[in-house]
Amino acid sequence: MILLANSLVSPGVGTIFWSALIFVLFLVVLTKFAWKPILSSVKARDEMIKGSLESAAKAREEMLKLQSDNEIILRKAREERENILKDAREVRDKLISEAKGKATEEAEKLVEKARVGIENQKLKALSEIHEQVATLSVDIASKLLGKKLKQSGEQAKLIDNYLNEIDLNKN
Amino acid sequence: MKTRILISFFLFFLIAGTTISSFGQEDKEKTATEGKFDASTFILDHIADSHEWHILTWKNGENVAIYLPVILYSKEKGLDVFSSKKLADGKEYKGYKIEEEGDLKGKIVTVNKEGTLDEKNLPLDFSMTKTVIGMLSAALIGLFLFLSLARSYKKSGISHPKGIQSFLEPVILFVRDDIAIPNLGADKYERYMPYLLSAFFFILINNLMGLIPFPPPFGANVTGNIALTFVLATCTFLITQFSGNKTYWKHIFFAPGVPFWLLPIMIPVEIIGLFSKPFALMIRLFANITAGHIIVLSLICLIFIFDSLAVAPVSIFFVIFMDFLELLVAFLQAYIFTLLSALFISMAVPEEHH
Repeated sequence: MILLANSLVSPGVGTIFWSALIFVLFLVVLTKFAWKPILSSVKARDEMIKGSLESAAKAREEMLKLQSDNEIILRKAREERENILKDAREVRDKLISEAKGKATEEAEKLVEKARVGIENQKLKALSEIHEQVATLSVDIASKLLGKKLKQSGEQAKLIDNYLNEIDLNKN
Repeated sequence: MKTRILISFFLFFLIAGTTISSFGQEDKEKTATEGKFDASTFILDHIADSHEWHILTWKNGENVAIYLPVILYSKEKGLDVFSSKKLADGKEYKGYKIEEEGDLKGKIVTVNKEGTLDEKNLPLDFSMTKTVIGMLSAALIGLFLFLSLARSYKKSGISHPKGIQSFLEPVILFVRDDIAIPNLGADKYERYMPYLLSAFFFILINNLMGLIPFPPPFGANVTGNIALTFVLATCTFLITQFSGNKTYWKHIFFAPGVPFWLLPIMIPVEIIGLFSKPFALMIRLFANITAGHIIVLSLICLIFIFDSLAVAPVSIFFVIFMDFLELLVAFLQAYIFTLLSALFISMAVPEEHH
């Protein structure tokens, strides 16, 4: 049995030759026509999956960023609107108050002017009236005088009267 | 479900038992003339290489076998190619015969004109033996499998694996992700992938084919043949040495940190280490597969040793158990061989800064 086993552990030249030939051919043919294409397509697939996952993560990140950007923009826009509205309100209030002030002033001025005018006119009218009255009275007086003066004595009396009256008036 | 399994199990026992026992009777006829059944001869005959593929022996002693081509070369007679049928049953042809006894049992020897053995002029035997046919078939099956796999990859591009792809791709990825990359590193593994994959599948297919008992070309003890394991281990050895970088050789001939006076001891040790690694690879695969075949055959031989049909169910139960174990071993040994090859290669390509 030991002798027989001996043949088991002593490799035959022919078997080594055929083993080497078959294995090397197996290796060469498979390397060229099987392992290379198989491994490269497996690798390509792995890379594609990796790339897709990465780009998906990137897209998600970008979307989140965009979303937050949008929010910021929206918030800013809202703030802007608030500001603009506030400004507008202020301007309006200012305008209104200004206008009001001006109007009062103007009105006061107008009233003042009117009063001054009226005063002037009154004075003018009064002086005119004075004049008128004077002329009228002169006229009347002359008429009356014409009549009365015909009567003697009376003339001097009248003149004195008048003169007194005028003095009184003047006071 | 459970009962169905049980029934098929018993049915299998019944069929297997009857076939084996009838086969046993044939053998018994034959061995009856020689007296007791010689289990070790029977087993070793099945394990050893042979020039014919023996199938069965009829009751009248006639053999049914596939006769394989014999290719011989000797200095005197030149190249001779003929069928091994011409050498069957101890016949002599062109001065050659198959030795039946002694050291050279099973080998083709030259016979003198006087009819005696000429031990000095042994021919070089390049015959297509059982082992060669077995491994050739395994290689062809492997080629067919992987070439069609490559074709389906070309067809499907980088879409998800389907059909044969989904079956073989996980194994390929296993070799890549669990053997090559962890040992060789992600930057170096690609160069060695073709060898590792080829070795893995070559061993695996041969192991599995060796477990299937019938018909030829199944059932040959291919990976349990030391010539094949020698060739595979030599391939690993050569790849290791040729990819060895400066650091690797420096470690062998000028190991850093070793005192100068120790070098005369260290260098031979390192050189022995170079050879012992592939030697271990060779022996491990050979011994594991051969042992598996021996155990299965021994369990079957139990029937003939006890010369009783009653032993058959027990024997067959154990054979089935062993076959499952061997199925595991078939994968395991292919894995270990590839893993250790990757490890040895990785030892030859350490990082330069090391």
